[in-house]
Amino acid sequence: MFQVRIHGRGGQGVVTAAEMLSIAAFEEGRHAQAFPSFGSERTGAPVVAFCRLADQEIRLREPIMEPDALIIQDPTLLHQVDVFAGLKPDGYILINTAKTFTELGLADFVASHLPERLCTVSATELALRHVGRPVPNVPLLGGFAAVSGIIRLESVIKAIRERFSGKVADGNIAAATEAYKIVRNKMESTHA
Amino acid sequence: MLKQMEGSRAVAEAVALCRPEVICAYPISPQTHIVEALGEMVKDGELQDCEYLNVESEFAAMSVAIGASAAGARSYTATASQGLLYMAEAAFNAAGLGLPIVMTVANRAIGAPINIWNDHSDSLSMRDCGWLQLFAENNQEALDLHILAFRLAEELSLPIMVCMDGFILTHAYERVDMPTQAQVDAYLPPYEPRQVLDPAEPVSIGAMVGPEAFMEVRYLAHAKQMEALQLIPQYAEEFRKVFGRDSGGLLHSYHTEDAETIIVAMGSVLGTIKDTVDELRAAGQRIGVLGITCFRPFPIAAVAAALKQCKRFVVLEKSLAVGLGGILAVNVRMAVTGMGLKGYTVIAGLGGRAITMKSLHALFLKAAADELDLVTFLDLDWRVVNRQIEREKAHRRTGPVAEALLRDVGVVGIRNY
Repeated sequence: MFQVRIHGRGGQGVVTAAEMLSIAAFEEGRHAQAFPSFGSERTGAPVVAFCRLADQEIRLREPIMEPDALIIQDPTLLHQVDVFAGLKPDGYILINTAKTFTELGLADFVASHLPERLCTVSATELALRHVGRPVPNVPLLGGFAAVSGIIRLESVIKAIRERFSGKVADGNIAAATEAYKIVRNKMESTHA
Repeated sequence: MLKQMEGSRAVAEAVALCRPEVICAYPISPQTHIVEALGEMVKDGELQDCEYLNVESEFAAMSVAIGASAAGARSYTATASQGLLYMAEAAFNAAGLGLPIVMTVANRAIGAPINIWNDHSDSLSMRDCGWLQLFAENNQEALDLHILAFRLAEELSLPIMVCMDGFILTHAYERVDMPTQAQVDAYLPPYEPRQVLDPAEPVSIGAMVGPEAFMEVRYLAHAKQMEALQLIPQYAEEFRKVFGRDSGGLLHSYHTEDAETIIVAMGSVLGTIKDTVDELRAAGQRIGVLGITCFRPFPIAAVAAALKQCKRFVVLEKSLAVGLGGILAVNVRMAVTGMGLKGYTVIAGLGGRAITMKSLHALFLKAAADELDLVTFLDLDWRVVNRQIEREKAHRRTGPVAEALLRDVGVVGIRNY
């Protein structure tokens, strides 16, 4: 089983991202379970959503406390919430930011984890450019496909088509595809 | 057809396949997505020959369902928590009148203190109102139970609550196998009311009954519910034939054959319990699980048969009988009266407190060693509890408890994830 925890703020599509990740996994014939953290979410408040992926039925219903991967949709959360809590030492991290881990003050973190599994991408910028709204959730899924390899970009695109239609779908597919390429390039140039 | 979708949406689609004729809706979390989805389906014309009514309260929702059902319409509504309490009087009437309404309860705690998260306090508080209560373990079972419930309700002429864990199931995306209209039509015949308000053949429904016959009317309601204990396994078997999977039934046993310790529970926590039991069995523990699907009527004989081989049972429940302990536990203990089993009650997950494998693992090991107290509150924060108890000893005007505890723990939005 592979467990993903997504952190963001109300309005950034955190819950939608977890749901779409589950749809992408379903498209690949796998079992997936997505659920929100069930708080009284408000715009701007910290929000968490979860997604489990597995090759057999998922029965477990506890929150994800020891994730294999983290998607952080809002870097300002780094100073407010212990987003890294429980992350496995070989876990993946994707952060929505133009900065590097070192610039974010996370150099120590990089040293204690596998650097080839850590990446950043300016997803909000991509969303603004392709969709016209600062909602980073979908491009981050594209980036996540690249950094983790746990899900294919085509599956993310199928999930986008299932969730959205018309221009919004096209824009999000373009943003996710570009995020995928950016992350792939970063991974190859840093860890070639 | 396999689909990846939200539990609420899956239930809404299943209800629509049952061809309801009247849906009355009043929003309350975590049930709202279900009636919203049904509202959309009626508006889009996807669900036809169905009257969708927005009502002004839960009391009105149940009253409209009573009227519609008495007029011969297949009627559906959904609620949770305080909403269920607000319809309590009408809910007793629906059962007393013998009207086969089907209602989803998206299980949620009851205030005060106000809390929107999941536990079973709401439906269990209504356990004696005359409705049948079926509990779903996952979203597949939640949608299947609705199809089963319409058939069972209409055969018995009694209302049924289909209970599913609020948020944990209603808001979870997972894989479900959505039946076809042809399958549902093959399983669920059109509603043939046992009683109906028909201008062509006028009758009245709802007479006042005095001491001369009231006990007999009530006895018949009890006997009617008990009939369901025969019908439910039969309908589950027919369900398997039409839909090709096991859903419903009175209870589900898991690794109970050789088990010395059996964990009894209801709803979605059964999944986490089964994963924990797999872990413990791999380590050599003889432990099993008994999931109760049908809570009302309570399957006394089936529970006794399922537990008769074990040495001890642990009832883990998301409800609290204040001043006594468990609610489900009392029912299970009645089933095993005189069997000489050790029984433990564990209150867990109240108000959305996460039930983790780690806590269950330690709990079950303690149970297997007979080191559990008769009643245990799982993962209770004793520091917080004791601090308040000390405060109340030291001062008279300590103020409201909920506010004091929130100050102690700090209002942290996302403490437990």
